Amino acid sequence: MPFALSPERDRELAEILSRYPNRQAACIPMLHLCQEQNGWVSDEVVEFVARTLELPSAHVLGVVTFYTLFNQQPVGRHQVWVCRTLSCALRGSDELLRHCEKKLGVHAGETTKGGEVTLRTAECLASCGTAPMMQIDKNYHENLSIAEVDRLLDRLLAGG
Amino acid sequence: MLQRTQHLTKLYGVAEGHRIEAYERVGGYVQARKALATTQSAVVDEMKKANLRGRGGAGFAAGVKWSFMKPHATKPAYLVVNADEGEPGTFKDRTLMERDPHRVVEGCIIGCFGIGAHAAYIYVRDELHLSKERLWGAIREARAKGYLGAKPFGRDYPVEVYVHTGAGAYICGEETSLLNSLEGKRGEPRLKPPFPAQVGAFGCPTTVNNLETIAAVPTVFELGGEAFSKLSALHHLGDGGCRLYGVSGHVKTPGVFEAAVGVTLRDLIYDLGGGISDGGELLAVIPGGSSCPVLLPHETVSAPDEKSPLHAWHGKSVLDVPMGVDTFRALGTMLGTCCAIVLSDKVCPLAAMQNLMHFYRHESCGQCTPCREGTGWLDRLVTKLLAGEGTLDDLDRIHEIASNIMGNTICAFGEGASMPTLGFVRKFRRHFEDHVAGKPCAAGGRLHA
Repeated sequence: MPFALSPERDRELAEILSRYPNRQAACIPMLHLCQEQNGWVSDEVVEFVARTLELPSAHVLGVVTFYTLFNQQPVGRHQVWVCRTLSCALRGSDELLRHCEKKLGVHAGETTKGGEVTLRTAECLASCGTAPMMQIDKNYHENLSIAEVDRLLDRLLAGG
Repeated sequence: MLQRTQHLTKLYGVAEGHRIEAYERVGGYVQARKALATTQSAVVDEMKKANLRGRGGAGFAAGVKWSFMKPHATKPAYLVVNADEGEPGTFKDRTLMERDPHRVVEGCIIGCFGIGAHAAYIYVRDELHLSKERLWGAIREARAKGYLGAKPFGRDYPVEVYVHTGAGAYICGEETSLLNSLEGKRGEPRLKPPFPAQVGAFGCPTTVNNLETIAAVPTVFELGGEAFSKLSALHHLGDGGCRLYGVSGHVKTPGVFEAAVGVTLRDLIYDLGGGISDGGELLAVIPGGSSCPVLLPHETVSAPDEKSPLHAWHGKSVLDVPMGVDTFRALGTMLGTCCAIVLSDKVCPLAAMQNLMHFYRHESCGQCTPCREGTGWLDRLVTKLLAGEGTLDDLDRIHEIASNIMGNTICAFGEGASMPTLGFVRKFRRHFEDHVAGKPCAAGGRLHA
């Protein structure tokens, strides 16, 4: 089925387009908007963005594959990113990641069987002074202990 | 010399400090109003006097950069603010966006006027959702007051500010890559020349400034350019003002602190950072983000030449040299973003290097072969060494690969990956050799006690 934006997001797109001197510049914000609605960037989304912005599909696909945050396949309802880069690693992020993997029963890069959570590692998230940290969907969780991680993951698994 | 200041951070910790009421209570938007009543050249001159060196890592003088902008007969000009904060160890710009976004907006108004632009794009990495929300909130509040829009402060000089977001790519912090990303393309760096001041965003003259640089602009005008510059202990080297310092890793009180330029690493680690955590001793410090070659506490300055910017510290510990763009370049490292990563002696330097090589391999954009392939090789070789399977030849190979990346790529990412590599291999040579000989350190490849 062809992809289309909800009326509310369609209005948002019109506002986004007004910020730039050309349509191509809206490519990344528009892909975010579509992914927010669809959960991932499917072929249909690529076609839709290409058509709307009057760009070749290959251009849009090239953009999608360049950036880490565009999901090229379906993902879980919640996104958990554990920062693994040096400042966090110096304060125990490897232990934190292992704990997440054990508790969720998946490896980094995978989604739980029930589709609740996709667990991934992230490169430096600019939260080095409050390490270790992870990002859950749009929120940062900083200065984490294992107990705090448990509490956060329990909430996600319970459908919160 | 540690001289704490409170210009950029005066609203940190203030309730609702991100709202326009709080900002105006501490004199916010007065400087933009005043600047717009003067002339473009007066604004640029003041910025030149301030000796405000770019806070993103390259340390180019912001006033000089602004002066490169020449009016074009047909094309508009743009201000682009780089808030793609992602250099490992760096977390300062985020605090400004979250806690004092109006300072950024005011900096954008003055900046646009100074360079002859009518629109500013603040490029924020997508992960920083609170930063984006706070910036948009500030833009809406400023627009409602008439500080942005068709006639800011009643002057017929339209200014609009927009937030643009990336999608997870460290390379987009490189200015030409950022411009491509802003234009809706893959974030691959462009060849220079042409420089952004000639051909930048949308093919038009553009100035790209780091977010902290822009946030410091209202302070430059509040104090006056010369007085701003003189806050610094390195005013005589053309490195002026106050700035944000960050410290992370094995210190007792990691965080972001504001001080006049001239803080030493010893101040940053032992005073602001509270000293080494977990009862360890200082093993090494990466001074300004992961691309800056590591410094060891026993290193001393060798600058017998009187003309060297380091001569005054000849024979002293590298930890006692004021952190400045030129002083740290002369030390063979870089000032970078002024956010230091501290390693205690309880961890393995090889593991730290491996962590960073994984980062560079993941973040190489893949455009230039030496960097795309080289970062992969570096990661694989250091991983092999860490596993105790490496040879002395592998050490030489690391050296060779890193040297072959440098100078052979379109952007500075290649240097950013190679220089810290060479730093680690040179300064921890004995440590690497021990790993090869099957005698790894007590930390046993660990990064965390």
